[in-house]
Amino acid sequence: MQPRSQAQPVPAPAGHELNGVRGPTAAPPRVLSATRPWSWVATIVGCACAAAIAYAFWSAKTIDHQTIRDYLFDPAIVDGAVKTLELTLVAMVMGIVLGVVLALMRQSEHPGLRALSGGYIWLFRGTPVLLQILLWFNISLVFPHLSLGLPFTGIELFDKPSNAVITPFVAAALGLGLNEGAYMAEIVRSGLMSVDRGEVDAARALGMAPSRVFRRITLPQSMRIIVPPTGNQLIGMLKTSALTSVIGFGELLLVSERIYGENLHVMELLTVASIWYLVMTTALTLLQRPLEKRLGRAYGSRAKRGQLRLRLMGMVGR
Amino acid sequence: MSVSTDAPHVVARHVTKSFHDHVVVDDVSLEVARGEVLCLVGPSGAGKSTFLRCINHLERIDAGEILVGGQLVGYKRHGADLRELHERRIAHDRARAKVGMVFQRFNLFSNMTVLENVMEGQLSVLGRPKGQARERAVELLERIGLRDKLASYPPQLSGGQQQRVAIARALACDPELMLFDEPTSALDPELVGEVLDVMQELAATGMTMIVVTHEIGFAREVAHRVAVMDDGHIIESGAARSVLSTPEHARTRAFLERVLA
Repeated sequence: MQPRSQAQPVPAPAGHELNGVRGPTAAPPRVLSATRPWSWVATIVGCACAAAIAYAFWSAKTIDHQTIRDYLFDPAIVDGAVKTLELTLVAMVMGIVLGVVLALMRQSEHPGLRALSGGYIWLFRGTPVLLQILLWFNISLVFPHLSLGLPFTGIELFDKPSNAVITPFVAAALGLGLNEGAYMAEIVRSGLMSVDRGEVDAARALGMAPSRVFRRITLPQSMRIIVPPTGNQLIGMLKTSALTSVIGFGELLLVSERIYGENLHVMELLTVASIWYLVMTTALTLLQRPLEKRLGRAYGSRAKRGQLRLRLMGMVGR
Repeated sequence: MSVSTDAPHVVARHVTKSFHDHVVVDDVSLEVARGEVLCLVGPSGAGKSTFLRCINHLERIDAGEILVGGQLVGYKRHGADLRELHERRIAHDRARAKVGMVFQRFNLFSNMTVLENVMEGQLSVLGRPKGQARERAVELLERIGLRDKLASYPPQLSGGQQQRVAIARALACDPELMLFDEPTSALDPELVGEVLDVMQELAATGMTMIVVTHEIGFAREVAHRVAVMDDGHIIESGAARSVLSTPEHARTRAFLERVLA
């Protein structure tokens, strides 16, 4: 092929300017980023508004800073925060286990299992979680006794009054966990569906047993899709757990409410609770990132390509 | 390149397979001898790939039977009928039948490196110790000229390299029969040769091979026999040279004219 000779710049004497264009010997121009003055204006206005609101709260005579400091590490408050964490973890574990089972049922070849899973998701996503918590708490109105036995034999393995079994914690965990199962099922399902059918075929063609295909191919690949939204669900659960204050489970919000019910420092205790919630959600967010990174690493170039794309969009530093 | 005269390696009798109401494979009967290289050619949608996937039971057949090494893969006799086994038992039968498969889209495990891809079957199916599996994988990758790509992930390789790794992955489990499902159709033209070369070498070792392909040149040169499929039927089958040079069936002629044009 002939080089495109006409595209070559016309040689000009060194340092000579031609129609305001510098000659070829001058340094090539640097390319500067576009200026964005309005973004700066918006940032400054936004910061000013936030600062004004924060100052209004801070300087309000009705908020007693000493009370906030006094109660921040109050044993009752700390205990409430611990209970919040406990409930969150129990409910999330329930939700994840249920979610995996429901997602696998949803993918089953058998229409009965698919329908069962679909029905569960329909029911638990279709009603408010607060209602579900209240329902579990009041289950003794329908079944005063919970018993487990072999039918038609009269053998009883377990029989107790419902109110002894369904403590506020149990009702809270059931309400949140069973509800979460429905959401996790959808998350897990989207992860499983993201796995390339062809790779599963290749694994089957090698003679790999189904459980092995799931553990070695399907699960590791779907984790990349499942983990980020699960992290969000976990953080959501931490906050949603405050709903269980209505059935008297002594988590962070209820403890704060009880204290301000007595000393009437409403805003101070809500501030204390907010600080604890923020600390806990921030901690979970920080745990989430390295985990996602680790999962991405197995994807070699794909992860790197993703990072490059982010970098090109200016979202990740060098 | 010797074709054995013993019991056939693969026997298909009156195999029928439909998707919904569409009959894709219609009463196909076929025998493949040990060491034979059979090329399945024909227009797209003729049912070649589906038939191939029936051989190792990636697809369930609706009627008929397929024997590999004299045994059913994933079915058991139930009077005069066959009953499909559970997926776990099917996997067991597949492993016993010693069938390797290579796909059009390579289908390498994207969460594993090249080395891990070639080791996986050995670890999961043959239960080979890790050291041995690694040795065998390295040896195979060396043979196909990818010794320096052990630690790469599939998307970092060219299509031709990926397909060669896929062949190595299948060979690592010591198959006696290799199924190729349009192995070069997804490749850029300049990469087709490197994959066909590996396949030709493999054929020279006496491996039984069933190859669904549009590479008529490969079929003419390497295949012992060519079967032409059209609309779910095998319309013509015979020695590669005669079928491809002097086809009897009008539809075979029409197909060859289109492909060679």
